[in-house]
Amino acid sequence: MDALADVWIVLRLSLKVALWATAITLVLGVALGWLLARKRFVGRELLDTLCTLPMVLPPTVLGYYLLVLVGSRGPIGAWLYQHFGINLIFTWQGAVLAAAIVTFPLVFKPARAAFEAVEGQYEQAARVLGVSEWALFLRVTLPLAWRGIMAGLLLAFARALGEFGATLMIAGNIPGQTQTLSIAVYEAVQAGQDDVANVLAAITSIVCIAVLLSATRLMPGRIAHHQN
Amino acid sequence: MRALLCRLFLVLGLLAASAGAHAGQITVSAAASLTEAFNDIGRAFMAQQPDVRVAFNFGASGALLQQIDRGAPVDVFASADEFTMDLAQQRGLIVPEQRRDFTRNLLVLAVPADSGLNLSTLPDLTQTAVRRVAIGNPDSVPVGRYTQRALEAAGLWPAVSGKAIFTLNVRQSLNYVSRGEVEAAFVYATDAALMPDRVRVALQVPTTTPITYPIAPTVRSAGSANAAAAQLFIAFVLSPAGQAILQRHGFLQP
Repeated sequence: MDALADVWIVLRLSLKVALWATAITLVLGVALGWLLARKRFVGRELLDTLCTLPMVLPPTVLGYYLLVLVGSRGPIGAWLYQHFGINLIFTWQGAVLAAAIVTFPLVFKPARAAFEAVEGQYEQAARVLGVSEWALFLRVTLPLAWRGIMAGLLLAFARALGEFGATLMIAGNIPGQTQTLSIAVYEAVQAGQDDVANVLAAITSIVCIAVLLSATRLMPGRIAHHQN
Repeated sequence: MRALLCRLFLVLGLLAASAGAHAGQITVSAAASLTEAFNDIGRAFMAQQPDVRVAFNFGASGALLQQIDRGAPVDVFASADEFTMDLAQQRGLIVPEQRRDFTRNLLVLAVPADSGLNLSTLPDLTQTAVRRVAIGNPDSVPVGRYTQRALEAAGLWPAVSGKAIFTLNVRQSLNYVSRGEVEAAFVYATDAALMPDRVRVALQVPTTTPITYPIAPTVRSAGSANAAAAQLFIAFVLSPAGQAILQRHGFLQP
């Protein structure tokens, strides 16, 4: 990073990576949250535990797993390249993958809790009225669980914006392509460029504060409070 | 419960006191490329000086300099280039009279052991089959700075830097080339020698300045109880025993 003019490029890339990661965790996290809340199957809690793992594992361990698995010589990486010509290492899509995995528990956990909190009688009533299962999910269950899911999504977005360890290991550090906010901050501090580090740190803090404030407003606890 | 807590704090207190009582602990911040050699030197040194303990802090020389500049309790600094040590000296962080060059290294272009590419000269890097090249970030990593100067001297920096993955220390470059994630990486000869079965040296890169490693005690240490131990450690690195260990790891005489 040579000039402050590059800050905009770094910010835009970080937002792109965080948005994509959040979009992926939205679809997969809501699906898994619903599955865990509504279906009984063997290994349900084990699945929950495995998917929670990225929240507690050191990011370097995750990064190492990803490098070994999706690296160009890893089993998944080699398969993706042979069949689709896809290479994830050193690309912004690789950064999205790292951020999506790290933030996945932040979405599916609240989604599961939100689905479990939806009262069965509303769904029963809809079924009695002859609503199809798919429409039931989209028009009854999801709207009732939405606030809880949204709060998780915002946390995931903020966390994705700051992802560092796993991202550095698989996405590398290519200015303009995979150099995200957190990596640019680390690099600026290592090189003693405090002016750049200050600007990047301030931007990251402001974005994260805004996101957390929004998430607090959406927390399920506050709805109950208002209603009472 | 209260008694248990009291006992716990007593034990913790004693542990802290015993750690503090070991006055002869010195901290050595050393370039990442020195990791294996300095770990061996540390063991040999501690066998010779049982009352001194050495703790190592390895990283990119530029990053180590920033830590020392911000008051990290470091007693000895060993960097992978003169430029970083010059900065430390200008900022009054090291003792100039006790600064010594203790070893030398070579810059090489490493490729995966099974690479089929023909990379026998630097201009070969411009071929399209070479998509990614790992280079230490020139802002903070000495090997990256040597690489940038060598490529600039060859008129290749604009072409090659477009393919660069800028790493945060030389070992990250080595890691990427050993996994075949990059087609080539600029590392030291001693790094490439660490993974003979996964990495091959394609060519030795001529550098504009010799790659010498300086070592010096920090000013912070010179005025402390650690001053003598820090000097003993530096003397050991320069001694025939220390030099033999460095050469066993592929480093050259200064």
